[in-house]
Amino acid sequence: MSRVCVLRCETKSVLFQLPKQERLREKWLQFIFQRIPKGYNPRVVLCARHFTDDCFDNLGAFSAGYVKRLSLREGAIPTLFGPFSSTESQPWATLRIERGAKEKKHLLYKTNANGIIAKEPTSLEEELKEIRQNGCNRKLKGPTTIIGHTPTSSEYEMSDIFYFFRRGIESIVDDEVTKCFTAEELESWNLLTRSNYNFQHISTRLTVLWGLGVVIRYGFLLPLRLKCLLSEKVHLMCYRICVRALTAIIMYHHSENKPKNGGICVANHTSPIDVIILASDGCYAMVGQIHGGLMGIIQRSMVKACPHIWFERSEVKDRHLVAKRLSDHVKDKTKLPILIFPEGTCINNTSVMMFKKGSFEIGSTVYPVAIKYDPRFGEAFWNSSKFGMVNYLLRMMSSWAIVCSVWYLPPMTRQEGEDAVHFANRVKAAIARQGGLVDLLWDGGLKREKVKDTFKEEQQKLYSKILVGVHEDRSRS
Amino acid sequence: MGSRASSLLREEDIEEIKKETGFSHSQITRLYSRFHSLDKGENGALSREDFQRIPELAINPLGDRIINAFFPEGEDQVNFRGFMKTLARFRPVEDNEKNKGPPSGEPLNSRMNKLLFAFRLYDLDRDDKISRDELLQVLRMMVGVNISDEQLGSIADRTIQEADTNGDMCISFTEFTKVLEKVDVEQKMSIRFLH
Repeated sequence: MSRVCVLRCETKSVLFQLPKQERLREKWLQFIFQRIPKGYNPRVVLCARHFTDDCFDNLGAFSAGYVKRLSLREGAIPTLFGPFSSTESQPWATLRIERGAKEKKHLLYKTNANGIIAKEPTSLEEELKEIRQNGCNRKLKGPTTIIGHTPTSSEYEMSDIFYFFRRGIESIVDDEVTKCFTAEELESWNLLTRSNYNFQHISTRLTVLWGLGVVIRYGFLLPLRLKCLLSEKVHLMCYRICVRALTAIIMYHHSENKPKNGGICVANHTSPIDVIILASDGCYAMVGQIHGGLMGIIQRSMVKACPHIWFERSEVKDRHLVAKRLSDHVKDKTKLPILIFPEGTCINNTSVMMFKKGSFEIGSTVYPVAIKYDPRFGEAFWNSSKFGMVNYLLRMMSSWAIVCSVWYLPPMTRQEGEDAVHFANRVKAAIARQGGLVDLLWDGGLKREKVKDTFKEEQQKLYSKILVGVHEDRSRS
Repeated sequence: MGSRASSLLREEDIEEIKKETGFSHSQITRLYSRFHSLDKGENGALSREDFQRIPELAINPLGDRIINAFFPEGEDQVNFRGFMKTLARFRPVEDNEKNKGPPSGEPLNSRMNKLLFAFRLYDLDRDDKISRDELLQVLRMMVGVNISDEQLGSIADRTIQEADTNGDMCISFTEFTKVLEKVDVEQKMSIRFLH
């Protein structure tokens, strides 16, 4: 393709045309030309450099070489490396910290909102081709010239390692997965020490305000909430009280799509509070492992009120047993819809990780639900490897409030000829799109386990094909 | 989420790193944040396991060699200074630095230093030569089980033949540089750090 990026980017990168939709197109034009020009070439293209990582649907898969085309999300707008850089406006507390930091030359941790580096979204094949085209213009030495050896078909280049080397370093500096398992860093400070690594004595005024916040939260809100929690027992009421106990401000959208009996409800998982939030708006049957401790007590008391499906740890391993119990429950149309979190673990609410296919194999209607917390009022993510349950609940109850939005998406069923994995990915994409989360291919199990070797083997296979493919060309000529 | 960085970076340290590596103030603080999030043991240094925990690095065929590049001879821990020095080699070469003479030694991210770094990826025993075995090792890491020993051996032999000028069946650093003289090393071995 002889076209180049309209902003004259030198590095070769995937190119995107202007969007057809009027308003979105205007935003792109605004970025490129800093205004809406009266006349412009409608076939200008922008390269992928100008988009942040979360503007792409399949960046992870594309960079790893599994898919050939990089695709942009609907509604993506270029923001990086424009003709002029822009500064963002920030709320009060952050401004104050920054000013104070400048005055006293304190250290300030920048947030990772835009990433530390801009990754090149080129695939293995493209890069190697580029490197070799440049390198193959060298002269060949006389005595070692091999018959039939033409410059373009050299097999192995010492520079092939550059690609892997660079990718490796890029992933050390910035990778998708580690980011998911640490709580989101906020651009502005919500006056909770725990969300901010910068807490130092910047100004008296700020400290006083923070101190006041502490007094209010621990002195008033916390005891009030504990009292509320202990004195109620009835099912739906119980959950509603829990919600109030946490001062959760929940906005339910599209309630016409609420899950009906005999279906399965899937949602993205951020914290155990997800359960409370969903259950306060409708009755569900829960599925899960029996825990010990506080969770166990809660689970056992819930079973008395409603038929839930709890499993012993040993039963969980037996997938068929699980699947059978689930499908039995679902077939009975009078039973409540089952609530399942297919990611299998808590994710920090910026992205949606791979859905385990088990729940999608059963073959009933799936009602997807997207839950998105507003991090400005309280960090809801439960990092179970760092904190226990009680510690977590305490934090929840002493933060300002839990604000979240719940979207009920229209029901989906598995289509003809679609396999469970494909269906799961479709549902995941819908949830990610609705909640404004990044759709990742990575498995949430990576929080605790190592990554499977099959991914590495895929890369090796791809590289071998490039080497051997060239070799075959040579022997043919 | 609750614990802060247990040892905050001091202003003097930042200045030193800035001089040594050429990163800007904000880049250094961000990379410190990253260093800290990788450091699960919170002891101010990274071990090999900390790197191996990154999935994208674990599936990289050359992952182990790359991790090795961070650790100096015989050591098991890398502190933030060392981390930054290694990353600095991947800074893009700036135009004004290209023509600068070396009053204080060459900058870490010069073309020659990038090539030297890549050379060290092959040269495991640090004897300044890439032997046939060392080349075979790297090749094997990159192709996995998909190519037979004989085929791989012939690829290695051919590569050495093409590069070797003094007939010792090994590739020295000068020969390595010569082979790669037309390759755009500055761009391929650089990462675009934002502001």
